[in-house]
Amino acid sequence: MIQPLTEEKRYTLTPGSEGLIETQTLEVSIGPQHPSTHGVFRMDCTLDGETVVALKPVMGYLHRNHEQLAERMVWLGSMPYTDRLDYFSSMTNNWAYALAVEKLTGIKVPERADYIRVIMSELTRLQNHTCVIGFMLQDLGAWGTPLLYAFRERERILDLFEAVSGSRMMCNYLRFGGVRVNLTENDLAAAKDITARYPRFLDEFEKLLTTNEVLLMRTQRIGILPKELAINASITGPMARASGVEYDVRKVDNYGVYGRFDFRVPVGDAGDVYDRYYVRVLEMRESIKILQQALRDIPPGPHIAPEVKLRNFKIPPGDGYGRIEAPKGELGFYLVSDEGGKQPYRYHVRPPSFINLTTLEDMCLGLKVADVVIILGSIDIVLGEVDR
Amino acid sequence: MEAIEKIKEAAALAVSGAKIEIINSTPTAQQPALLVDREHMYGVAKFFKEDPRFQLDFCSCVTAVDYPAKADKPGCIEVVYHLYSVTQKHGPLVLKVRAPREIDLCRVPSLTPLWRGCEFQEREAYDLFGVKFDGHPDLRRILMWDEFTDHPMRKDYVPPADYEWEPTPHDDTLQRAAQEGGIMPPTAREELEKEKAKKK
Repeated sequence: MIQPLTEEKRYTLTPGSEGLIETQTLEVSIGPQHPSTHGVFRMDCTLDGETVVALKPVMGYLHRNHEQLAERMVWLGSMPYTDRLDYFSSMTNNWAYALAVEKLTGIKVPERADYIRVIMSELTRLQNHTCVIGFMLQDLGAWGTPLLYAFRERERILDLFEAVSGSRMMCNYLRFGGVRVNLTENDLAAAKDITARYPRFLDEFEKLLTTNEVLLMRTQRIGILPKELAINASITGPMARASGVEYDVRKVDNYGVYGRFDFRVPVGDAGDVYDRYYVRVLEMRESIKILQQALRDIPPGPHIAPEVKLRNFKIPPGDGYGRIEAPKGELGFYLVSDEGGKQPYRYHVRPPSFINLTTLEDMCLGLKVADVVIILGSIDIVLGEVDR
Repeated sequence: MEAIEKIKEAAALAVSGAKIEIINSTPTAQQPALLVDREHMYGVAKFFKEDPRFQLDFCSCVTAVDYPAKADKPGCIEVVYHLYSVTQKHGPLVLKVRAPREIDLCRVPSLTPLWRGCEFQEREAYDLFGVKFDGHPDLRRILMWDEFTDHPMRKDYVPPADYEWEPTPHDDTLQRAAQEGGIMPPTAREELEKEKAKKK
């Protein structure tokens, strides 16, 4: 849609030729069917030439009212549906929901189950971050190569997920008070193998990218998010840490057995797209450290708390909020149970990538359209989670 | 952080006239909430954000819960805020505020001026529950489409019956069209009301 001309918007292309050529702002709708929007997401951009003047994110194309679906089921019934939130990292979604329910009921998770959860969610983080970097490079115009390298590594992890849970992506692996099936020695050996190979792959990946001149030119000082705004706008995960916010729920809450592992929280400095890329690489290296320790220390024992019933599972009245550090940021579940307690009275998901979109406009203003695409890629959104 | 009684006292001292009440969560969750009245909600939230003892600079989660009227108590919509501190790494402090369920009276003050992170989440609460946030800079629907008129997360919401209704001439469709004098099928709500009227 062409906007009507106003006095302020009138200007000339080259100095000295005032009044010769008139220009106007143009409203362009990027998406919902556009490969760079990672799904059905739309950005209403107002452009002045190629420069972004205003940008409004429009979502809801994949909305299926996940929360109401869950409120009409028994507590365990929505566990498979949490897989469909962020379909790249179903294991961490499961964990966030299980953690919230365990907070409401006070179920104690066996030690081995906690270790299995840590192993699975760190593997999830590895494959999520690898793929995000691949997709981001795809958005930059590096067609195929980084993404296929990333997918090759991801496939090894998904093979393990399939062996353990029966499904590559929709794992539905966690249960309240533990996990669905125990890990066998073979699974542990496969996890150890993946962990041992990953640093070599990361070195190779970094050799291609970290000091690549094109990547540096396209990503440095682009999409800067200041630290104060990141905290104020509830930005979480690698995106906040790239802006210098030293906040990791794994460190702050010490949920599960994360308190036992020695790992660091990488923090960025400039808060630009490059920092978001590099924080993810460093986070993968820390994940490998956690994996090595967890696979070394995993104790034998039961994989699920024996007192948890599958049928007729009830929760006493009350409410509670449980949150974990998912690969995309802080994933939380706010649950309310009422009398009866067979179903959630209220079931709310705090989706990280939905809230991380709050500052999309702030990061894009004054930049070119081509930069908008990589800024969106660096936020790391999954529309299953944004729209719910 | 301190005990919830002390937090309540501090807030009541700082914001004169604020009516604050403690609501306990499930005992195992240990997340007691402060129920604040609508007039003083903004002041209390501002106090918690700026006071050096709390510094709750990070608003993690905003949502609403619908409680329809029961025989013994009137209904309300409760808006819940979960606040954390990134600087001091403590939390959560849960703030709750209640508004009547009637669509015109269902208004609470927006906390978006304090925390930008509330922007999309308050829009979501408005969209799905019909809570109007006074002072929100851009209160529009976010997940449902703009032409949608109802608020689907309310407990008394009835989805329309014409989800997959196709205007092909089947027997009952033709019959219905003749009865209604048009091709638009009745919604489930209308059908329910008709049934109720029949029973009376």
